[in-house]
Amino acid sequence: MSTDPTVPTTNPPLRSKSPIRLISNFLYRHSCLATGLLLLLPLLWLVVIYLGSLGAMLIQSFYTYNRFTGQVIEEFSWDAYKEAFTDPDLSPPNKDVIKRTVRMAVAVTIAAAILAFPLAYYMARYAGPKMKGALYLGVMLPLWSSYLVRVYAWKLILAKDGVMTWFLEKLGLMPVLDWLLDIEGIGGNSLSTSYIGVFLVFLYVWMPYMVLPINAALERVPKSLTEASSDLGARPWYTFLRVILPLSFPGVVAGSIFTFSLTLGDYIIPSVIGTSSYFLGALVFTQRGTVGNWPLAAVLTVVPVVIMMVYLSVAKKLGAFDAL
Amino acid sequence: MRSKPLAFLRNPFVQKTGRSPLFLKVATFAALLFLHFPIWIIVLYAFTTEERTFKFPPPGLTTEWFKVAYERQDFWDALTLSVKVAAASAGIALVLGTLCAAGVYRSKFFGKDVISLLVVLPIALPGIVTAIALRSAMRTIHIEYGFLTIVIGHATFCIVIVYNNVIARFRRTAHSQIEASMDLGASVFQTFRFVVLPHIASALLAGGMLAFALSFDEIVVTNFTAGDDQTTLPIWIYTQLFRPRDRPITNVAAVFVIAVTFIPILLAYRMTREAEH
Repeated sequence: MSTDPTVPTTNPPLRSKSPIRLISNFLYRHSCLATGLLLLLPLLWLVVIYLGSLGAMLIQSFYTYNRFTGQVIEEFSWDAYKEAFTDPDLSPPNKDVIKRTVRMAVAVTIAAAILAFPLAYYMARYAGPKMKGALYLGVMLPLWSSYLVRVYAWKLILAKDGVMTWFLEKLGLMPVLDWLLDIEGIGGNSLSTSYIGVFLVFLYVWMPYMVLPINAALERVPKSLTEASSDLGARPWYTFLRVILPLSFPGVVAGSIFTFSLTLGDYIIPSVIGTSSYFLGALVFTQRGTVGNWPLAAVLTVVPVVIMMVYLSVAKKLGAFDAL
Repeated sequence: MRSKPLAFLRNPFVQKTGRSPLFLKVATFAALLFLHFPIWIIVLYAFTTEERTFKFPPPGLTTEWFKVAYERQDFWDALTLSVKVAAASAGIALVLGTLCAAGVYRSKFFGKDVISLLVVLPIALPGIVTAIALRSAMRTIHIEYGFLTIVIGHATFCIVIVYNNVIARFRRTAHSQIEASMDLGASVFQTFRFVVLPHIASALLAGGMLAFALSFDEIVVTNFTAGDDQTTLPIWIYTQLFRPRDRPITNVAAVFVIAVTFIPILLAYRMTREAEH
């Protein structure tokens, strides 16, 4: 066997006094210190920049915005919170916006789970190694490719004389579309200006995030358990319902963290496609951008943080973190 | 494997018959079609002769828009800025993510879970939260918005990508190799250079490329951390979406971006695959 010329062939003397060796020996003996040194920089970055920013946001949510001068008064008060949740003059009322956004996030999450599960299941249970690789790539490519371009694609699809209309006309399904658009609350003038359109785009953009955790959870279900179940006389559907589904559920929850959170905090999709009525992200964007009401923007951002904290703690209970 | 004495009683076709596999195939195919159809549409529309509407099917096909788009300097400026931002963010994320993965992998103390949560938080919390938080902090300390602020934001949520890739590789590394290297007299640094680094190299490359792709594509946070004259490619595309007259150019740019982002993804995929087999 030939030796790699870059690797020192002779052992360095054990009592070498070169400074590098001294540091190395010291680190080896104090392994906790070495670990601490490794973590120092990344933790410093995350704590100072990220947690620090969250803290700054929290502090700003207690400032007051003077509507007449357009200035932010930097003194502690609950005014912005009061304004956010009780001011009846706001249009649309913030409470409605929060409700609408959470409802959309829940709908997108459920639909994504339903759409993603069969795909993840097929990948984990039936696909051969080659097929599995292809399917995996089939999910990864849309997940990682440009988000904005994929949103734009739906503008082309949902437009009045666009792709969707053409297909529905060919299939004779236009009455179904008209009926859907007539439904109060989710309909609108056309697909591209209705909640159905916004929902479809959210679903499309975030669905891949659901597939991978479910797939990972399904891969971990031991084959012996499903075999035992069928040996004991359970039919495939029963095995699926009582063995596979409960064991892979943490994967669904893990995926739902992404679909839910991403829908909650997105302001791009509702601005490109959809109705004029606000979603939470868009509301924050206007308060910050055009109005300059920083305290209110901060309060409205604290809302999704609180929602996500609750969501994450429930997800942790359900074992989702092990499935991430 | 445990022997199954009653196996002969089982219908061997029970897994293969029934509705479920066919239903499953159809559902899988439908989900994949849903994921990929819009991308084909983007490619198709780059060649349409129709300038004003989104008419489908396109009345004719042409390649002239590629030439028109090629001459747009603002597009190339935005692309250059995005590449610079993505390279800087991926670089920072590579260093911090690798250090963090190594530290968490070595440590056995209770704070481990807290650290992994802290790393995930920037992408687990809604994008608008990270955006507003960073903007609040930058406002508080009166830092000027520009290239640096964009990179700080991007690096923060890119750390997790590198971290995930590297720590997965560490978990598959035999710890005995590192111990053997140290026992044979290699210093901590030599062990890192000659044992650890070759082992995690492809994970680093894959993580770095995915971090690049994530940063290259980011808009939710960038909108809040960029200065007024800092137009990254996603911001450029976003403003294009509200310029109906530029539609053909937007279509071409969209195809270009899709093509460019596919490359690092495919490479990263190949590298992680090869390492696993």
